[in-house]
Amino acid sequence: MDTSVAPPLPVANPLTEFFWEGTRAHKLLILRCQSCGHFVHYPRPVCERCLSEDLAPEEVSGNATLYSYTITMKPWHPFWVDKVPYVLASVELPEQPDLKMLTNIVECEHDALEIGMPVEVTFRQVAAELTLPFFKPVGS
Amino acid sequence: MGSRSAVIVGIGRTAYRRGSGRTTLGMATEACRAALDDAGMPVSEVDGIVCFSTGDSVIPILVGYALGLDGLAYPLEIKGGGNYASIVVAQAVAAVEAGMCETALVYRSLNSLSGHRYGRVDGALVAEGHIQYGAPHGYLVPGQWFAMMARRHMHDYGSTYEDLGHVAIQTRAHAANNPHAILRTPITMDDYLDSRWIYDPFRIYDCALEADGAAAVLVTTAERARDLKQPAVRMLGHAAWLGAGGLPDQWPDMSALYSANVGPRLWDMTGLTPGDMDLACLYDCFTYTTLATLEDYGFCGKGEAGRFFADGRATYGGDVVVNPHGGLLSEAYIHGMNHHFEAVLQLRGQAGERQVKDAALCLVSAGTGPYGGALVYGRD
Repeated sequence: MDTSVAPPLPVANPLTEFFWEGTRAHKLLILRCQSCGHFVHYPRPVCERCLSEDLAPEEVSGNATLYSYTITMKPWHPFWVDKVPYVLASVELPEQPDLKMLTNIVECEHDALEIGMPVEVTFRQVAAELTLPFFKPVGS
Repeated sequence: MGSRSAVIVGIGRTAYRRGSGRTTLGMATEACRAALDDAGMPVSEVDGIVCFSTGDSVIPILVGYALGLDGLAYPLEIKGGGNYASIVVAQAVAAVEAGMCETALVYRSLNSLSGHRYGRVDGALVAEGHIQYGAPHGYLVPGQWFAMMARRHMHDYGSTYEDLGHVAIQTRAHAANNPHAILRTPITMDDYLDSRWIYDPFRIYDCALEADGAAAVLVTTAERARDLKQPAVRMLGHAAWLGAGGLPDQWPDMSALYSANVGPRLWDMTGLTPGDMDLACLYDCFTYTTLATLEDYGFCGKGEAGRFFADGRATYGGDVVVNPHGGLLSEAYIHGMNHHFEAVLQLRGQAGERQVKDAALCLVSAGTGPYGGALVYGRD
């Protein structure tokens, strides 16, 4: 089994490169409208609320609640061959209602997973150029 | 241009197989020719062809060319998945009614098992665009997202694995009466609960049956239909909602699907209610899609669909017969076009052993997650 294989690597573009630079520095950055204060994720060129194009990354708290999750049992890519089952999740950030992002829940037994549970960001380097924002139960 | 109306006059399909050994062109032309033969219409009258594809299939002008047509007045290929399986029919009806073409074929042809598989990652995955926020975390196939939606529904409404199981069991029981279905052996709740996990809360029996094949419908004017072989079927209304930019994880309320938006508009537009439907061909890429859309379209309350199935309300003698052909789960994953074939067959009273008695009205839905549409067919 080849465990040196990398996961699918993000192809950063001018809209998203800040996010990956942030994770490498262990900061969770979300694009925010500098005109009305609305957070925008996924990164887009225009604020959906006020249509301002004046957006800039801002560091968020790193706190979240678990919105939903699925436990993937089958590796769909060589990187996960020795990592199944793994928890793919959507977490809701407290900075704004419905501000959700995809992640993995780590450091948590599967039968302890509970929608609504508080989680916090934890950064892990998974490839030379890639650090991912995972979430773990608060206090774990 | 005028107030003429369009109707469905023919249906066609190939065999559905686990591995066709055929091209999407070969299957598309076969399904289209079958629809023309069904109607008793010469191919020379076709001047419109509509399809949807994710880039995995042949385009309309090549199908027309292969069928001996010099060209098409209304060729349209919509890029997308099963969420467009009702929009393509509505487009053909609209095009004929607007006078942009006289007669239109609508097809979907795909090798969803032997060709591009939605439930598999082929080769190196390039995490571009929005995919860069999912794929590095192992969000690789669409079903993972719908599994997450199902999990949220379980949390909000107390639905269970067994509720999903009831959908799988009933759908398979229907397929047993359909010689065209690939999987026809009935399953029990024990079979369901013992089937292998794919992505919790989904087991293999929760997932569409990836297969190869094509299905087509033929649309022309009501006036022309009078001279054709089959009784015409009419689209009584169509509504769609393509939400959240196509990003399932940004849909605000994951315990509901696109259908929460489409259902009320469709009933308002047609003046009909769920109770009027004799059968429903619900897009069922996963058991959860059947369950949540049944609720969203108003056949029962939120959280009640599992019980609805368990109590026999989704089959013969119940409220509405859901997927009498066995759906995408047990007939074949023809991306929702097979639902249109079944609806028309039933409304013409030609479904044989599985005929829904006096079937006059049928809901056909398409899609899941934040995007999809639905239409109602009625006997003309």
